[in-house]
Amino acid sequence: MKQEFTITVYTENHIGLLNRIAIIFSRRKINIDSLNTSPSEIEGIHRFTIVIDETEDVVRKLVRQIEKQVEVLKAYYNNPEEIVWQELALYKVPTDVIAEKVKVERLLRQYGARAVVIRKDYTVFETTGHREETEKLVEVLAPYGLIEFVRSARIAIIKDSKGFHEKLKEFEEEQPGEEVVENEYLNQREALFPDTGY
Amino acid sequence: MTTQTLQPTATPDQSAASQALPTGEGLGGAEVSGSVAVLEALIAEGVDTIFGYPGGAIMPIYDALYDYNDKIRHILVRHEQGGIHAGQGYARTSGRVGVVFATSGPGATNLVTGLADAQIDSTPLVCITGQVFAHLLGTDAFQETDVINITTPVTKWNYQVTDASEIPEVLAKAFYIAKSGRPGPVLIDITKNAQLQKFAYKGYTPCNHIRSYRPKPIVRKEYVEEAAKLINAAERPFILFGQGVILGKAEKEFQQFVEKSGIPAAWTIMGLSALPTDHPQNVGMLGMHGNYGPNVLTNECDVLIAIGMRFDDRVTGRLDKYAKQAKVIHLDIDPAEIDKNVKATVPVWGDCKETLPLLTQLVEAKQHTEWLQRFAEFTQKEQEICIQPEMNPDSEVMSMAEVLDALNELTNGDAVIVTDVGQHQMVGCRYAKFNKTRSNVTSGGLGTMGFALPAAIGAKYGAPDRPVVAIIGDGGFQMTLQELGTIMQFGAQVKILILNNEFLGMVRQWQQLFHDRRYSFVNITSPDFVALAKSYYIEGQKVSQRATLKAALKTMLDHDGAYLLEVMVGKENNVFPMVPQGCSVSEIRLQ
Repeated sequence: MKQEFTITVYTENHIGLLNRIAIIFSRRKINIDSLNTSPSEIEGIHRFTIVIDETEDVVRKLVRQIEKQVEVLKAYYNNPEEIVWQELALYKVPTDVIAEKVKVERLLRQYGARAVVIRKDYTVFETTGHREETEKLVEVLAPYGLIEFVRSARIAIIKDSKGFHEKLKEFEEEQPGEEVVENEYLNQREALFPDTGY
Repeated sequence: MTTQTLQPTATPDQSAASQALPTGEGLGGAEVSGSVAVLEALIAEGVDTIFGYPGGAIMPIYDALYDYNDKIRHILVRHEQGGIHAGQGYARTSGRVGVVFATSGPGATNLVTGLADAQIDSTPLVCITGQVFAHLLGTDAFQETDVINITTPVTKWNYQVTDASEIPEVLAKAFYIAKSGRPGPVLIDITKNAQLQKFAYKGYTPCNHIRSYRPKPIVRKEYVEEAAKLINAAERPFILFGQGVILGKAEKEFQQFVEKSGIPAAWTIMGLSALPTDHPQNVGMLGMHGNYGPNVLTNECDVLIAIGMRFDDRVTGRLDKYAKQAKVIHLDIDPAEIDKNVKATVPVWGDCKETLPLLTQLVEAKQHTEWLQRFAEFTQKEQEICIQPEMNPDSEVMSMAEVLDALNELTNGDAVIVTDVGQHQMVGCRYAKFNKTRSNVTSGGLGTMGFALPAAIGAKYGAPDRPVVAIIGDGGFQMTLQELGTIMQFGAQVKILILNNEFLGMVRQWQQLFHDRRYSFVNITSPDFVALAKSYYIEGQKVSQRATLKAALKTMLDHDGAYLLEVMVGKENNVFPMVPQGCSVSEIRLQ
């Protein structure tokens, strides 16, 4: 069954890596719903957040293909329950409508929108939240002359992640010792493949 | 005519590179050009042979090469595709990294087929392409092409150098990535300004660690133990082996495992020659045109032990009817291969050079006599219905199988056999005998027609002391025949055996079997191959009669130099057994 998964990838900051990761999806004709790249908590290490709608079996294989790339340090996938995530949205609305219609003002308050720019002709509001919330505000603003709308890619924090510092130390070890955990899949194998009887 | 006689000769071991820390000291601290740094890097890595073709954007490197003529051999090919296939052939027989030079634009795009081939067959290559000046990037300059983005899907790693000072480190990474872990092709694109630029050279330090790159997963002993438990309890265990055994240089460890466990072992096309053909436990070839027993009994074994192979669709046939009854143990160095096509009951991640001895230690010494007997019964049936009629056809026209049989008698399994793609490839792999590893060079994963002739040239430079026979169809030969020019100029003693059936045989076979004999554009005409070879000053002859076959093969093998032998074979012969596409391996057809 297809469902939403958020893939988090820690990488070196190299030109061309975005393409190398993107083609892992496009080669299999899989659409990326949302993609964000940004610095991580560690200097020099970048973090990709990718959202796709696929079966877990496919996502697991994709993540392994991503992790196989030379400049990828680690890749994880999570379902929506395992992450905290936000998206940012901007809305451009005619200023006179907001000024005149009490209902619009109320809507903006209700959705927690903040004004970013106020001009005579238009005002830009921002909200952050889940997609359903930001999308709902588009719907309700539409009748009042919404001029422009844009939404950012998703950014997500993995709830039970302890950050990447420890992991990075392992990667920087020239000869990792026996105790170094190589890959989560092996450790979680029982949980991941209950049907293999292993 | 003038020929440079640069015969392939034995060369020092490339592993010397790993001790050379850091090298190029003679130049340490000196101002050198990027081009010189490239060549110093190659020498430090122990590279003895480069296959390449010059052009505008790589001219500074070729200019520097002029002064390195006594240290490094450059083979001028006739097309960049020929260059990269030669690099592949060299890597496959020598176990070293193949090195290829090409210029920007068309030179670089001509490498793409070879890169894709090397990527899917895990062949270690370092390709160096010239690129336009950095300030011209993105301006549609003359012979500019976005080679990094074009080659991203078909390289293990690629990188564009725009500053000369990056060169030593980038090339060290390139060689390390190409040959470590699951090997693969690496492409380094160097802008012309970086080739010309002088910088303070600090010597060359080979790379042995990249923090984001894990060439080998760490061996987990508990999985090895679990695998041994399954094997020891198995009644009908079955080993499938692939090129991983060869790439891991683990042939000895593999044979020890096979012999102690007593388990029958079958090979993928890429695993061929890792175990001698006449080994009593070698039960034959897997897959679409593989042997009868290995295919049918895949669906009867109770434990399947896959070693360094990736369950390609040509091996498995219909996946949902593939070995469903068996517990699967999968040994592979690439974690992404585990569970990719066939779910593993026990995954044994790691280099099989490390995992196989651990497993051998834990398995009980056994002889699966009855189970091996089952394979023998299938072999018997295949012999009667398929092999014997092919070896001894009751027609005047020769079959490909009988040519291979005659060749085996003369080579005794000592030759390197390079095959192209199609019917002759399947016949070649099914019937050729091998005593030594790294003897089978073929385009397995990509199925690149035109691979064999240039790959055979490279194979000869990679194994200069061994006879190299390139078996090629009349179609495939015409795709890269310009490399006869390379043979002419540099004298590689390649024996070219063209099996001419006057058809694109494999496509014709499918059209016959699955498209109602509608022979659509498979009728291919050929030039006079012998006259063609003669125009390149290469000796040759054509044989159409069975009576003269053996003598002709002997003449070919004994000839002091390259030789082309064209053998006319049955026009509409088919390759059997065959697992029709979309069918299960147990539905294999013998005729």
